[in-house]
Parts: sequence; C-alpha cells; structure tokens
Amino acid sequence: MSVIYLLITISIVVAIVFLGAFIQAVKSGQYDDDYTPSVRMLFDDEIVKKENPNKLIQTEKQKSI
Amino acid sequence: MEKQQFYYDNKIVRNFLYASIVFGVVGMLVGLILAFLFLFPNLTSGISFLSFGRLRPLHTNAVIFAFVGNAMFAGIYYSMQRLLKARMFSDLLSKIHFWGWQLIIVAAAITLPLGYSTSKEYAELEWPIDIAIALIWVVFGINMIGTIIKRRERHIYVAIWFYIATFVTVAVLHIFNSLELPVSLSGMKSYSIYAGVQDALVQWWYGHNAVAFFLTTPFLGMMYYFVPKVANRPVYSYRLSIIHFWSLIFIYIWAGPHHLLYTALPDWAQNLGVVFSVMLIAPSWGGMINGLLTLRGVWDKVRTDAVLKFFVVAITGYGMATFEGPMLSLKNVNAIAHFTDWIIAHVHVGALAWNGFLSFGMIYWLIPRMTKTKLFSEKLANFHFWIGTLGIILYALPMYVAGFTQASMWKQFKPDGGALQYGNFLETVTELMPMYWMRAVGGTLYLVGVIVLVYNVIRTVRQGSPVENELAEAPALAVISPSRLKGEKLHSWLERKPVQFMILTTVAILIGGLIQILPTILVKSNIPTISSVKPYTPLELEGRDLYIREGCVGCHSQMVRPFRSEVERYGDYSKAGEFVYDHPFLWGSKRTGPDLAREGVKGKPFNGGRDDVWHFNHMYDPQGLNEKSIMPRYQWLIKNELDKSTTQDKMRTMVTLGVPYSDADINNALKHMDEQATKIETNLLANPEIKKSFGGQTASPLKDREIVALIAYLQRLGTDTQVKK
Repeated sequence: MSVIYLLITISIVVAIVFLGAFIQAVKSGQYDDDYTPSVRMLFDDEIVKKENPNKLIQTEKQKSI
Repeated sequence: MEKQQFYYDNKIVRNFLYASIVFGVVGMLVGLILAFLFLFPNLTSGISFLSFGRLRPLHTNAVIFAFVGNAMFAGIYYSMQRLLKARMFSDLLSKIHFWGWQLIIVAAAITLPLGYSTSKEYAELEWPIDIAIALIWVVFGINMIGTIIKRRERHIYVAIWFYIATFVTVAVLHIFNSLELPVSLSGMKSYSIYAGVQDALVQWWYGHNAVAFFLTTPFLGMMYYFVPKVANRPVYSYRLSIIHFWSLIFIYIWAGPHHLLYTALPDWAQNLGVVFSVMLIAPSWGGMINGLLTLRGVWDKVRTDAVLKFFVVAITGYGMATFEGPMLSLKNVNAIAHFTDWIIAHVHVGALAWNGFLSFGMIYWLIPRMTKTKLFSEKLANFHFWIGTLGIILYALPMYVAGFTQASMWKQFKPDGGALQYGNFLETVTELMPMYWMRAVGGTLYLVGVIVLVYNVIRTVRQGSPVENELAEAPALAVISPSRLKGEKLHSWLERKPVQFMILTTVAILIGGLIQILPTILVKSNIPTISSVKPYTPLELEGRDLYIREGCVGCHSQMVRPFRSEVERYGDYSKAGEFVYDHPFLWGSKRTGPDLAREGVKGKPFNGGRDDVWHFNHMYDPQGLNEKSIMPRYQWLIKNELDKSTTQDKMRTMVTLGVPYSDADINNALKHMDEQATKIETNLLANPEIKKSFGGQTASPLKDREIVALIAYLQRLGTDTQVKK
C-alpha cells in the first residue's frame, strides 16, 4: 500500500500549485475588474430601433430569411 | 467603432426546449410507473419490456440525458450566443447535435426496455449508442469552441467556463467508463474492459461526475446567466464565481469513491473520496450563496414572479443536496444511508428541485421571449410552482424516513444480543409501504405540475409569433495592441484563449482521475487474489448476462459490508479478490431486496441457500411464496429458450479481457452447459408440481430455458470462498 504515500504527495503538490497560482493571480491584480463582466451581461438584449443600414457592415446574412 | 449585425439562432434553442419538455413528461411518467410498481409489483406482470429492472435505467437515462440534457443544451445555446455576441458557430453542427441527440434518446428508449444494458448506472447504453454519444458530444464541443473563437465579446463570462468544463469532463468520463469489448460486431452485447473493484471505481468515478458535470456544472453556468437576467441584477460576487468555478472542478473529480464506502475498494481510495467530498461543501455552498444573494434587493419580485420562485427553490435544493452529499460521504453516516431509500431521497432533491425547477423557470422565461408575447397564465405557473414544491416535499420526506427506518431495522439485534431482530428481510420492506405510497403521491403531484407547464407553454406559443432568428448587433472583436498585451496577467490571457483554457481544465481533471484509477489497475497489491475464485461456467456466464439484462442489480446488491449485522444476515463480508472475473461488476447501489453476494451458500440462518425449486417458484410467482413480497414476477424467463449461439464468443471475449478460460473450456462449452443444466432440471423435476407442468412433452426441454441459467448463476454466488465443511 506504499502507493498511498505517492498519491498524497502528488495531491498535495497539485493543491499547492493551484493555491500558489491563485494567490499569485490575486496579488498581481488579476481579478481587479471583477465587477464589469457581471453588469455587462445584463445589457445584451435585442435591438429596439432600426438603424440606417448603410452605416452597418453586414457580416452574416441569414440564409433562411 | 462600427457595429456588425447578426442573428441569434432561436430555433435551435426552441427545439431543445420542446424536446426537454416532451422527454421530461415521458421520463417522469416512467418514474411514476416505477413508484407504483413498489406498491403493485405485478402492475406490468408478464410484459418483459415494462418490468421494473428494465424500466429503472430507462427512467434514470430519460430524466438525466433527455430531460435535463436537452434543457441544458437549450440554456447553453441561448446564453452562449448572447454572452459571446455571436450566432452559433455552425447551423449545420447545431442541427446534427440536436437530431443526433434525439436519435440517441430514441435508441435508448428502444434498447433499454428490450434488455440491452451494460448494467453500469447511468451508462447502461450498449456500445453502438456509446459511440454515437461520443460523436455527438464532440459535435457539440466543436460548435461551442467555434462560437467562442468567433465571438465579439473578449471577456468570457463565468457561465461559459462552466460550459467548457462540462464539455471536456463529460467527454473524458464517458469515454473511459464506456471502454467495453463487444462480443461480436453484429450484436449489441459487450463486456466492460475493467473487472470487479476496478470497474466499480471507474464506474463511480463516472457516476459521481456525471452528477457533477452533467447535472451540476452546466446548471451552475445557467444559474449565473439566468438568475441575474431574470432578476435584472448583477451576480452577487463575480469574484466568488471565479473561485467557485476553479475550486469546484478541481475538487469534484476526486469524490467518486464515496459511493463505495465499506465495500471491497481499497481503504485509501475510500478515504481520499471522503476527504474531497467533505471539502466539496465549500465551493458548492459558495455557488449557492452567490446565486441566492444575487436576489438581494429584489426579494419583493420573488413574491410575484413565478420564474424567480422556481429559481429560489432550485438553488435552495442545490444547497440542501450539496450539504447532504458531504454528510453522506462520512463513513459513519454512509454506513446507515448506503443501499437505502435515503439515497433515493438525496438524488431526487437534487433532480426535482435543482435540475427540474431551474429548467422550469428557464422554460417559463424563455418561451415568451422567443415568441414575443407574455406567458399565457402567470397563475398557472404559480400553481405549477406550488404543486411541484409540495410534490418534492412529499417525495423526499417519506424517503428519508424510509431509509432511516430500514437501515435501523437491518442493524437491529435482539435484546439479548444474539440474533437479528428482523431476520427476514421482507419485514424491513413491509414496514416501508406507507412511505412508498406517499412517495408515489408526491411524484404524481410533481408530474401534474409539469403537465400544467405543457398546457401553459402550448397556449403561450399559440398566442405569440415565434422569432426563429433574432437580430442583434455588436462591434467586432478589436485587435489587441502589443502594448496592451505586454503587461497582461495570466488569468486575463486565459480568459481570451478558450482552447488553452480547455486544455488546462482537462489537465486539472485528468490529474484527479488518473491518480485514483491508474494505481488500482496497475498495483497488484490492491487486489489480493483468492486461489479458490474461479471463472464462471458457461451456463453461469449466460445466467449472469440474464441477471444483467433483467436489471436485477437495480434492486439487489452483491456486496456484503464488514458489519456484524450484514455478516450475520448474508454471510462473510465481500473481498476484492472475489470479483476479479466480474466484467462488469454487479455490486449495485440499492437494496430494495436482499443482498445476493452469498446467495448460493447453504446453511445460513436468514438469507440465501435456497434450493433450485425455490428459485424457480420465486421467479414464477414471488407472492406465492410470501404474499407481502414486492418482487415482480419474471415468468418469461421460464418460457424463453436460452440463446446459446453466442456463448463461445462471449467466452472468447472474456479471454481477451484476461479471464483464464482454456481452449478446451471454450470448445466443450455447449456440452458442459448441457450437463450443468440437466442437473438443475433433475432437481426441478423432482418437484411434483413442476413435473406436472414441464415434465411431459414441451416445445423445448426445461434445461434449455433461461431460468436454468439464472438459477445456475444464483447458486454459484458466494460459493467460491465458502468454507468447506
């Protein structure tokens, strides 16, 4: 059953690596903007007014329409 | 910046939603039939494809992969397009994904009742369907990653991460658990490449993570999208959602062995499972709190809005189930709960509340939006909510009581400490009948709610005008200037790169999986071999396949745990070495009936050791032996002739998998089968009543019937390690 020592070692190493990566990310300001994305996703609803089509570049034409 | 116009694909979302509703009704109806089979065991008597053992996998597969699966795809296809500001990568792939998935469901609905089953829970589908699932899953993945690559929004919102983790992990789980060797390319039958303990470990690594990555992560992603949307509030803490995601996917993959506590699985693997299961409560509750607190300041809306009501109960149900999960993983709690109805209660809180109610809320919100109308009746939606909630309570509470009652009765010794108080297993079942009645009522209420939803949806769609392609606009993704990239940090780089992100996710989950599985397979010391354990005879092998076909494993375990009460009742506790030739393992997860691991061992006080005639009569008419039994009749086993045409192929397949059958064994298989069957036939015909019915001229002699093979298998169980007197 000596394999269990190897397993625990690997598990702990992996856990420490993940913890280290997380701490490093927080310290380096990785998650500084942890607010904008949560608000931005609220404003993606359908277009209300019809804009002048000349100003727009139509990249995707719907075949079925 | 110039804006681009494009269309969201609503049609594919609508299709998945409709499929989810239709299969939801079917799956729950099958569940309800099963609930009533507990009360009236012979409700579908004589109809093999409607028997309990075959319907159970149909119920679980239908609600998990058809109802929840389609709801999840609808949620993913709707939210992903909007979060990424792009139409799905390919309409063709979307269509292949949709129709392929429905075809798989139909194939499952046909093959499972016909008895084509691998017997591995939530992975019962046989090898051709397994291959189809893998292919369609990859189509889904390509479509998703393609959409992420062509997106117009640089930041990848947390919901998308959960979807990516879902795709990657389910692919890995499905492929590794479904590794099986077909007996022949023209037949459906296959054998798992893993045996015994290893098969059990792989199966529950899969089984637990099917819950984690099919029923949980995609729905968490949907929670992070739909709850803020419906409440019109940003998620409580975006930071918490990041932590939630990383910790959840890393920890979840390790928790599988908690399904195998006190079994023959090596202790270290059990303990590893327990530790990670307990840790899981942190990310799970972090997610639950994040979801509920998103509603801060808008709780007044919950009072009137049926959609938010559904979401609140869904998230609360998630919280309860994920609190209970770690508790059930503690060995002393598990010793009580395992094999009982407690587990049935646990999974149904998760399924009915978390998956069901989140799906219903999403349906009530999406259908009006995609048909540009209002919900036909807010009142009916509220009615659905209340009757559904009542249904959940009436389902779960009696099952908790039933589980605890039965476990206590199993373990109760007589006051003098000598024998078991309830030596007859049936006593512990009869005690639960009122609870089974209440469960059936709860399930009925829940289904009534869903039927109300169907009506409400139909009326809503009729009064609205469906928008199949919804116009949207967004600026194209700007090129990032090199100066900006210079100071870029790791995680924002990661968020822009879906492919790299996916690889890292795979690595994280693979580490967890491989560390647990590889050693058990590679290290011989984990499975002490027992010299007296021999491969099954050809007849027993066929009997075992009948046991698998009829889904006996759904109600009978083959795993005696090392407790005094179990050793007393069933015989010596099970050891890992006993299962080395079991492809697949048949330990089971529920004891609606008694354990059968030692069924063939004679001279036990309470259970097992019956003669061939008893087994014959028991399959023919269990209530004839004891009127309170809830075992259904399996009369077609007595009628059907055993198909011996593939027996030798089966043995050859087993040889490939490492079972030591010699060439002589295989060549003489049919002769040996006949000899063993004749012995059993002689025993049976010694009984005057059986002789009267089957002794004379019959279409096929009794020894060629399926029942004889099944009896041969049942009589073999546990005898290899029996102490010879």
